[in-house]
Amino acid sequence: MLSVTDLTVSAGPRTSPIGIVRGVSLGVDQGEILCLVGESGCGKSMTSLALMGLLPPGARVSGGSVELDGHDITHLAPHRRVRAGRGKLAMVFQEPMTSLNPVTRIGWQIEEAVRVHDPDANPTDRARELLEMVRIPDAANQLSAYPHELSGGMRQRVMIAIALACRPRVLIADEPTTALDVTIQRQVLGIIRELCDDLDMGVIFITHDLGVVAQIADRVAVMYAGRLVETGAVAPLFRAPLHPYTERLMACLPDPAARSKGFATIPGSAPRPGEIPDGCAFAPRCPRAQDVCRGGEVPVVRPEGGRRALCHFPLAEGETA
Amino acid sequence: MLGYLRVWTRPVVSRPLAALAGLFLIVVLCCALFAPWIAPYPPDQIDPVNRLLPPDAAHLFGTDHYGRDTFSRAVYGARLALLIGVGVVSFALASGVPIGILSALYPMLGRVLMRMVDVLMSFPSLLLALGLIVILGQGVLNAILAIGLIYLTTTARIVYGVALRLRSEPYVEAARSMGAGTLWIVRRHILPNMVSPLLVQASFVFAFAQLGAAALDFLGLGAPPEIPSWGNMLAEERIYITRASWLLLWPGLMIVLTAFSLNVMGDVLRDRMDPRFREMMGK
Amino acid sequence: MGRYVIGRIGAAAATLFAASIVIFSFIHLIPGDPVSVMLGDAATPEQVAALRERMGLDEPIWVQYLVWAGNALQGDLGRSIFFETPVTQVIADGAETSILLALITMIWIVLFGIPVGILAAIRQGTWIDQGLSGLAMLLASVPTFWVGLYLILIFAAGLGWFPSSGYPSIFEGGGLANLQYLLLPSIALAAPNAALILRLTRASMLDVSREDFVRTARAKGIRPSRVVLRHILRNALLAVVSAFGFTFAALISEAVVTETVFALPGIGRTVVQSILRRDYPVIQGVILVTVCLYLVINLLVDLSYRLLDPRVEL
Ligand SMILES: Nc1ncnc2c1ncn2[C@@H]1O[C@H](COP(=O)(O)OP(=O)(O)O)[C@@H](O)[C@H]1O
Ligand SMILES: [Mg+2]
Repeated sequence: MLSVTDLTVSAGPRTSPIGIVRGVSLGVDQGEILCLVGESGCGKSMTSLALMGLLPPGARVSGGSVELDGHDITHLAPHRRVRAGRGKLAMVFQEPMTSLNPVTRIGWQIEEAVRVHDPDANPTDRARELLEMVRIPDAANQLSAYPHELSGGMRQRVMIAIALACRPRVLIADEPTTALDVTIQRQVLGIIRELCDDLDMGVIFITHDLGVVAQIADRVAVMYAGRLVETGAVAPLFRAPLHPYTERLMACLPDPAARSKGFATIPGSAPRPGEIPDGCAFAPRCPRAQDVCRGGEVPVVRPEGGRRALCHFPLAEGETA
Repeated sequence: MLGYLRVWTRPVVSRPLAALAGLFLIVVLCCALFAPWIAPYPPDQIDPVNRLLPPDAAHLFGTDHYGRDTFSRAVYGARLALLIGVGVVSFALASGVPIGILSALYPMLGRVLMRMVDVLMSFPSLLLALGLIVILGQGVLNAILAIGLIYLTTTARIVYGVALRLRSEPYVEAARSMGAGTLWIVRRHILPNMVSPLLVQASFVFAFAQLGAAALDFLGLGAPPEIPSWGNMLAEERIYITRASWLLLWPGLMIVLTAFSLNVMGDVLRDRMDPRFREMMGK
Repeated sequence: MGRYVIGRIGAAAATLFAASIVIFSFIHLIPGDPVSVMLGDAATPEQVAALRERMGLDEPIWVQYLVWAGNALQGDLGRSIFFETPVTQVIADGAETSILLALITMIWIVLFGIPVGILAAIRQGTWIDQGLSGLAMLLASVPTFWVGLYLILIFAAGLGWFPSSGYPSIFEGGGLANLQYLLLPSIALAAPNAALILRLTRASMLDVSREDFVRTARAKGIRPSRVVLRHILRNALLAVVSAFGFTFAALISEAVVTETVFALPGIGRTVVQSILRRDYPVIQGVILVTVCLYLVINLLVDLSYRLLDPRVEL
C-alpha cells in the first residue's frame, strides 16, 4: 500500500550534501503496524517528515520514491497531495504539548482538516465522531476546549483525531507516546492498535523504545545512522536478531525475560550525519567488527521469512554480540 | 523540537550594507575631528551677495540665506552630532547600568527603582525631554541630559533584565553560595557579560539621540542657533525650502544616514549576540 | 472582572499617582520664582501677587499638591496664562486635530506595517525581504519633520494635490473633506512607527512559523496561504498588538514635531508654543493628560491582548 524505495534525505549545500536518511526502503500493509526503531538522532523523524512532504527548510529528498497505492507522492507537499486526490497519508507528531494551535479551539482545528478532506460532511458532526473514535469522553463538549485546557494524553488523542480526518490509508506516528507517562502511554497505544484494526489502515509507529515495539508491532525496522540495518516480523526478530545493533538494543531492555540485567547502554554514540564512517556505520561500536566492516559495501543477508539485515557477520540464533 | 533545524534568520541587512554603514560613520567621525581642514569655509562666514546659491564647484551643497557655505556647515555639524551621541550614550549608560545592576542584586531596592523607571516611561519621551528643557533651560548640555533621561529608562530596563538572568545562572549561584562578594560577582560575572548587550544598546541610543536632538533643534529648543548643527540648519532654512530645496537635503541626509548607519551596526551586533539576551533587545 | 484586571488597574493608578507628583513638581523645579518667570519682567507687583494667590503658592507644598491633584481629578487643570482660559479648554481646542491625526496615522501604520511585515516574513531571506527590512530601518532613521517638509514641497507646493498646512475642523465648512489636511502629516508621522510595526510583524511571524503547530497545520493539507493567515498570523499578531501601547506613546511624542511642521492646531503644537510663551500651566496640563491617556491605552492594550490569547485568564 505505502511503498518507499531507496529514500534519501540530504541537508547542507548541494555541492557537498550531508546524508541524513541514506536509502531507506520499506512498505506497510493494511492493518499492519510497522515499528521504526533506533537511537535518537538516527533519522527516524526525518524519514517520516520526508514521507509526509514536510521536510524542514534545509533538508530535501535527494533520491528514491514514496508511493501510496501506486501513486508517486514523493515531491508533493500535503496540500498538493490533497488536490491530486492522494492525501491519504497522515502523521501524528512527537510533541503533543506544542503541536496544536494555542489560540483556537480544538473543534476548529479538527474541522479545518475535515473541510479539506471531507467537503461534503458536516464538519462539527464529523469532528465529534473523530473525537469519539479516539475515545475522548464527552466529545461534544470537548470540541470547544482550547489545547491548554487538555492534558498531554488528551492532546495527543486530538492529534490522532486530526490525522484521522483524512481517512488515512497509512498513519505515521512519530514517538507519539514518548512525552506521556506510562499509563497514558498504554492507553494511547491501545487506541492506535484498535484504530489500525478497525479502520484497516497501515501504521508506521516510530519509537526508540523496544518495550513499546514488543507491545504493538507486527513488523519492525531497525534504523541506524540513516539506514535500515534490519527488518522483519516482530517475533522472529526478537527471538533471533541478525544484526549486532539490534541485539545490543535488545540487551538494553530492562526486562528480566530479555537477555541482560538492566539499564545497559551501547558503549559509544551513534555517528552524526556527515561523520558517518565508510562501510558499516555501526562498526566502531560493534564487538564483532573486523577489517572488512570498515569499508566497501555491506552485504544484505536474507534468511527465510521476509527478514533482511545489513551485516558481514550476522548473529546466529542464541548468539550474543 | 528539531531545534537544530532552526534556519538562522540571516542578519536583517546583509554584510555589504554594514560595511557601507561603517564607512559612513568613519567619514562622519573624520568630519567631526578634522572639520577645519575639510570644510572649505568657516561655518559662520556670511556672504550676503551669494545667498541661496544652488550647488556648484565653489559651494558643493550651495549656500544658505546668509550666504554661508552649506557644505562647510554640514561638516561642522558632525561635531555636534558626535558630541550629542557620545554625551547621551554616556549619560544613559552611566545612570542606567548602576540602576539596572543594583535593582537586580537587591530585589527590594529593585522594586522601587524599576517602578520609578516605569513612571518615567509613562511620559511620552519628547514631552519628558521638553519638560526637562523648560526646567534646565536651552543648551547643548541640557539637550544631552534631556535626551539621555529618555534612554536612561530603556537602558536600565535592559541591564536589569540581563543582570537578573545572569544572577540566576548556575555558576553565579554557585559563586554566591561559596561566599563570593557582591562586588566580585558584578566584576567577574555580570559586567563582562554585559558588554555586548550594552554595545548594541549604545548603537541604538546613539542613533535615536541624533533624531531626538534634531527634533529639539527643529523646535528651537535644542542647541543655540549659533551652533551649526544639522537640526539647526533644517530649522533655519525651512522657510526657504520652496526657493532652495537642496538646502534641506544635505543636513537631513546627514541625520538620516548617521542614524541609519548606527541602526545597521546595532542590528549586526545584535545578530551576533548571545541568543539568550537577543530577545531582550527587540525594542 | 478578575483579580488580574483589578491589579492591573491598581498598578496604573499607582503609576499615575507617582507621575502626578513629578508633573506637579515641574512648576516648582523651574528656577526662579515661577510667577515672575511666567509674567516676565514687566509685571506689576499687583499682578504677581494676584497670580501667586491664584496658584496658591503661599501654602505649604503638600497642601498645594493636594489642591492641585484634587482640582485635576475634578477636571480643573488651572488657567492658561497666555489665553486666560481654563487649561482644559486649551486642550479641548487642540484635541480634535490631535486625535484625528493619531487615528489616521494608526490606520496607515496598520495598513502598511502589518501586510508588508507579512510579505517580508513569507519571503524571508530573499531580496524582497532584505529590501523591505532595509527600508524599514531607513524609515525608522528619518526625522518625521524632514519627511514632512519634503512631503509639503512635493505634494503640496509642487503638485498641489494636498493643502500644505493648517487644519479646519471637520465640523466647519468642508466637513469630512477637511481630513485631506491631515493626509500628509499622518503619512510623515506614520513612517517611523510603521517601520517598527513592520519589523515586529516580520520577526514574530518568523518566530511563530518555527512552532510545531504550524507543521500540524501544513500536514492537514490546507492551502499554504491559509496556514500563513489563519495559523501563523493569528499568533504573531498577539505580539504586534502588545506593541501598540508603545506605538501610541511614540505617536504623541512625534506629533509635537509633526503638528509644528504642518502648522496643525493640535495639542502638540500648543505645547511647543506654550514653552515659548512660558505658559507653564498648559504644559503641565498637557503632560498630565497625555500620561493618563498613555496609561489608559496601555491598560486597554494589555486587557485586549489577554482577551485574544485564550491561555491567559483575565
Ligand atoms: N537541516 C538539517 N541540517 C543538517 N542536519 C540535520 C538537519 N535536520 C536534521 N538533521 C540531522 O538529522 C539527524 C536525524 O534527526 P531525526 O530524524 O530528528 O532523528 P530521530 O527522530 O531519529 O531522533 C540528526 O542527527 C540531525 O542532527
Ligand atoms: Mg525524532
